[in-house]
Amino acid sequence: MNKFSEEKTVLLETKNLGISFGGLRAVNAFDISVEKGQLYGLIGPNGAGKTTIFNLLTGVYTPDEGAILLDGVNLTGKKTIDICKAGIARTFQNIRLFSDMPVLDNVKVGLHNHYPYSTLEGILRLPRYHKVEQEMNARAMELLEVFGLEGYADYKAENLPYGQQRKLEIARAMATNPKLLLLDEPAAGMNPNETKELMETIRFVRDRFEMTVLLIEHDMKLVAGICEKLTVLNFGEVLAQGETQEVLNDPDVITAYLGE
Amino acid sequence: MDMEMKINKSKLSKSTKNDLITYGMVILTYIVVQLLVSMGHVSSLIQGLLVPFCTYVIVAVALNLTVGILGELSLGHAGFMCVGAFASAVFSLAFKDVLPGGLRFFLALLIGAAAAALIGFLVGIPVLRLRGDYLAIVTLAFGEIIKNIINVLYLGVDSKGVHFSMKDALSLQLEEDGVMLIKGAQGVTGTPNDSNFTVGVILILITLFIVLNFIHSRTGRAVMSIRDNRIAAESVGINVTKYKLIAFTVSASLAGVAGVLYAHNLSTLNALPKNFGYNMSIMILVFVVLGGIGNIRGSIVAAVLLTLLPEVLRGLSDYRMLIYSIVLIVMMIFNWSPNAVFFRKRLKQKFLPGRKAEKEEA
Repeated sequence: MNKFSEEKTVLLETKNLGISFGGLRAVNAFDISVEKGQLYGLIGPNGAGKTTIFNLLTGVYTPDEGAILLDGVNLTGKKTIDICKAGIARTFQNIRLFSDMPVLDNVKVGLHNHYPYSTLEGILRLPRYHKVEQEMNARAMELLEVFGLEGYADYKAENLPYGQQRKLEIARAMATNPKLLLLDEPAAGMNPNETKELMETIRFVRDRFEMTVLLIEHDMKLVAGICEKLTVLNFGEVLAQGETQEVLNDPDVITAYLGE
Repeated sequence: MDMEMKINKSKLSKSTKNDLITYGMVILTYIVVQLLVSMGHVSSLIQGLLVPFCTYVIVAVALNLTVGILGELSLGHAGFMCVGAFASAVFSLAFKDVLPGGLRFFLALLIGAAAAALIGFLVGIPVLRLRGDYLAIVTLAFGEIIKNIINVLYLGVDSKGVHFSMKDALSLQLEEDGVMLIKGAQGVTGTPNDSNFTVGVILILITLFIVLNFIHSRTGRAVMSIRDNRIAAESVGINVTKYKLIAFTVSASLAGVAGVLYAHNLSTLNALPKNFGYNMSIMILVFVVLGGIGNIRGSIVAAVLLTLLPEVLRGLSDYRMLIYSIVLIVMMIFNWSPNAVFFRKRLKQKFLPGRKAEKEEA
């Protein structure tokens, strides 16, 4: 496969995805198609089902119907850890770090499945333990440097400033070596400066790791600034889909989401 | 290789240094106690308590692995001690005249640890898949059940093999030359006294080695990540049930080791509420909470102090539990109240300038 055709391959595809909670249809007939290397935005008013879609994609919920395909592999109904191994990593709307552990170890947990040694080797500190731990430390520091967190390596995660915690979550997700990165409201609670910095970080991650990013966001400036394509959700259904500027100028979207 | 080790050491210096302090503390205490004993400054009462000290230290460290590192509550660690104690005592009694002392005790240790690990694993399989405090409930029941089973268990061996009964000694129908191993409520009598203070301290060091290295390994990080945020741990590909089970099994097997040490210090081993009952499990938990949840060194100190306390206050023996609860409340305030934490930090800065409050996570 040459580079040209690779750029156009679809990485994530969902077909007719749906889930109900009791009588509430949270997500209905959701189709999306994200190409490799794309920065894709998922927007919509509160309660539109955005995070539910992330939870469906990462196996937290099992869809009632429809299919999820990553790189052509069917991930429907798989467990969270298998989906992580298949290559989807995520961050959370309300930050979920390993708060009592050092920043470096947070990233090392993300590296867990890529740097194996057995429990016994760890307890007895056999040569493999030292070798693998060293490789892990080097890789984790590398990732922290990418996000400008190397100075915080020994800090407890919960003692980081808010913006850095967001970055650490992305660093931890990147440590799992994903094909697709899901960011759930990465700019929530950030001031304009931090948001600007975050936009640069996200773009940088995409370029540096050739990553595909699907993000949920409320901050219109951020969405308009970095997303190439958008899907707008309203009451669990797709309201509009397409190029960012087109979608943002769509009168339906303006009414539903941005107000009159 | 040597270079690698050095680099690694300098990078992990903080945790390694902390571990070394813990080992050093145990060894130093051992030397001091041995000196005091040889100079005759230790009463025979306290001398008799030296092995129980070691037992409680080991089981407290083991429980801290479950409570502090895994973040689950176990109220049945005395039960795992009980399993380890009886499994090893039966073995030692059966092979009393066959094997030399050292080898026999070593095998007894392995058997005690393996038996407790197996039971821990079986108890853990159904419970650790669930979220919530189910482990506390199930281990609480388990501890009581195992104690009561052993109290009605009769076990004997003769030329035809092993016999057991839950009714009485007669229904075993042993031959003339048969040996009774477990005599129901009378327990196991005649276990060789293979435990002593030195053995106990060596076992403490081995336990510390296992637990501390476990915590600082890949497995330990996975376990702590589940404790801190289960959903996030799953999202980065950690197999939650597997790592919970590993940690709990290791913890149970170390409690079994404590049981082996305990059993081989007594000539008669009974399963009483006092030694393997609910109160004992709670007492171990008190050691862990007082020492600081997740703080291994704290568990050691608390286990020793709280075992010593009732002996020192022997005249007030009836008020022991009262004193425990008061000490517990005071320690909780000292450990967790924001004002107390602030006060401690200020104190630390005053007396140890240049060192930040980094010892918190030790």
